Amino acid sequence: MIPELGHFALILALAVALVQGTLPFVGAAKGDIRLMALGRSAALTQVLLIALAFLALMQAYVASDFSVANVVANSHSAKPLLYKISGVWGNHEGSMLLWSLILAVFGAAVAVFGNNLPDSLRARVLGVQALIGVGFLAFILFTSNPFERVSPAPVDGNGLNPLLQDPGLAFHPPLLYLGYVGFSVTYAFAIAALLEGRVDAAWARWVRPWTLAAWCFLTCGIALGSWWAYYILGWGGFWFWDPVENASLMPWLAGTALLHSAIVVEKRDALKSWTVLLAVLAFSLSLLGTFLVRSGVLTSVHAFAQDPARGIFILGFLLLVTGGGLALYAWQAPKLSGGGLFQPISREGALILNNLLLCTLAATVLLGTLYPLFLDLLTGNKVSVGPPFFNATFVPICAPLFAALCVGPFLNWKRAELGPALVRLRAAFAVSVIAAIVAAVAVDGRATLAAVAFGFGVWLILGSLVEFAGRVRRGRLRTLPRATVGMTISHAALGVVVLGAVATASWNVELIRTMKPGDSAEFAGFGVKLESIVPGQGPNYIAERATLVLTRNGQPYTTLTPERRLFTVQRRQISETSIHTNLLRDLYATLGEGDADKGWTIRLYWNPLAPWIWLGAGLCALGGFVSLSDRRLRIGAPRGSKGRSRTAVQAAE
Amino acid sequence: MLILCLVTPALAVEPSEMLKDPALEARAREIGRALRCVVCQNQAIDDSSAEVAHDMRRAVRERLTAGDSDRQVMDFMVARYGDYVLLKPPFKAGTWLLWLGGPLVLLLAGGALLLAARKRRTIATAPAPPLSDEERARVAALLREPSQGR
Repeated sequence: MIPELGHFALILALAVALVQGTLPFVGAAKGDIRLMALGRSAALTQVLLIALAFLALMQAYVASDFSVANVVANSHSAKPLLYKISGVWGNHEGSMLLWSLILAVFGAAVAVFGNNLPDSLRARVLGVQALIGVGFLAFILFTSNPFERVSPAPVDGNGLNPLLQDPGLAFHPPLLYLGYVGFSVTYAFAIAALLEGRVDAAWARWVRPWTLAAWCFLTCGIALGSWWAYYILGWGGFWFWDPVENASLMPWLAGTALLHSAIVVEKRDALKSWTVLLAVLAFSLSLLGTFLVRSGVLTSVHAFAQDPARGIFILGFLLLVTGGGLALYAWQAPKLSGGGLFQPISREGALILNNLLLCTLAATVLLGTLYPLFLDLLTGNKVSVGPPFFNATFVPICAPLFAALCVGPFLNWKRAELGPALVRLRAAFAVSVIAAIVAAVAVDGRATLAAVAFGFGVWLILGSLVEFAGRVRRGRLRTLPRATVGMTISHAALGVVVLGAVATASWNVELIRTMKPGDSAEFAGFGVKLESIVPGQGPNYIAERATLVLTRNGQPYTTLTPERRLFTVQRRQISETSIHTNLLRDLYATLGEGDADKGWTIRLYWNPLAPWIWLGAGLCALGGFVSLSDRRLRIGAPRGSKGRSRTAVQAAE
Repeated sequence: MLILCLVTPALAVEPSEMLKDPALEARAREIGRALRCVVCQNQAIDDSSAEVAHDMRRAVRERLTAGDSDRQVMDFMVARYGDYVLLKPPFKAGTWLLWLGGPLVLLLAGGALLLAARKRRTIATAPAPPLSDEERARVAALLREPSQGR
């Protein structure tokens, strides 16, 4: 009964979305306030209905209702409660439902907090949001219904992929989707602006926090996914340039560009047309990511052709959203031109350079991800595009981006001098060069490029701090806008990520050895002894647990207990790594296959600065949230005269 | 296929495969990171637990022990499995766009920006066109009007 209620709520939600996606547009065109106000109540109704459907599915999972096909395919009665809940979005149908729910939540947020928006703009934004919702709800109802029943109901389910039964991955999809879907709001604002034919500072003041929020969540989502890969896949890698990862990196890059260009719109009333285009592109890339991951096209072009209904639907939707957005842009964008003038060497100029490089990076990733697919489709030739390709194409473009990143914040709006900025960065530059040389000489005998990259990391941190120190010295710490503090945190955090990534990837030490209980080895200055391997039992798996005792100078240092787990339902093994961290390096151990006769394969890694990758990513998102807490951007903050004059003061800086 | 490679994720390079000579083993790793496991989805042979990856790692080490240079080992693997085995595709007729696409975007967009900047500068610095008689009359009319206050 409850699954049917959920199904019914979803159908109603589609009907409401259809109303919300049409009548408010008519109202906005005719100036009919009642029709425009309809958008608001429809958005609230929609979120209630989809939440009801989502809760219905969750109920089926928590209660292990095996008459629902989706629950049978992805759950099991012996699964821990957390993974019963995360199982709701750990599969195709449920994750699409989660996507729709988040979309509706954002729509409702615009409806509730958007009182200070012009009526017609709000109506149109909600209308566009609803049309996106129509696409996804129709997709769920017609191709991926999570509420389908099976009869007769089996006694138990097939269980969730053991790799997904992990706290990191339980929260990875919701965070990622908050990011992806957050860009739908900026998309809706962009389309509404194109329909209105104007972009003003009020528009930018709305778009910027939404972009920022979406970007923060996306950053967290990507970081969590990378962390998960690091500790679960068992060889210490953290980024594989896998198409699934690239799918989330592309909107992140476009979103980062959008974040920066929106500043120019808000403060200088320039770059309006470009910002609108970026908003369209950022969401299109989010959808493309969904298409790539959800259609099966990545596994093989042919897998996509075998089950075309879903793939074709998303592809068509993607074309509609992107093509429609771009067509509308081509038609209406000329109206948006104009705005503040500026010299090439200026804050605006620096932000344009940022956008240019970030978009090139996004294009590089896009090309590397899609090229093999297109080549296969068009010529039948197969080509592999992997980490070495991206290291050769992506990383070199990061160099000018990182170099310019520290200089940009020194430049004034409209017109600036490069000289004084460079003089103030002298010390930071010198220290970075020394760090690179030290790294090249002392730590690294293999690749000097890693040392250069290390120097860039130091440069990013020091350069950002020097700029911040300059502001503090001018005695403006108390009045410093939170947005500026957030910027410094995020920029420096990027440097932390770079340091962590370079050090881990280039200077790690590994030990791979077959060991029996009682065996010892030397590893990265530690003595390692395999004490024992004992069987263990989890809620839905059986395990072998190794106890590795690490000693330093004969003194006990720490104990690592990697496990190998066999999930009994799926008959699948996964390795549970054991990591000891002191925030400067990780000691990372995994247990491979083996038995008492041959011994077990033990892998140990010493990963310098590895925790900094995720620490940095977390700080990066934190910077975004700090910036979001800026009074000026606080969602729903009244457009009082106070707020306006503050903005004016900052714009004049 | 993906599942095949992820079944036992901790099993990549095996101790039994590894060469005694650490320098040679380091070279084998370097090569192994650049070669694709041909049955996996985007995994290097060093990171894969598939049977084929195991065979490929052994083949790499056999060639290295036989005294091949890194280049010769790569050529050997390409001769066996095709360009598909290279995670960094060679620059060829079919891949030039892949390699040049990024720089091309940078060049085109950068060029367009420079042109736009130059155009904007000429507009900004060009003297405003003289007013027409009609406009002059309107200005005069506006100036004559008493200010209406705010």
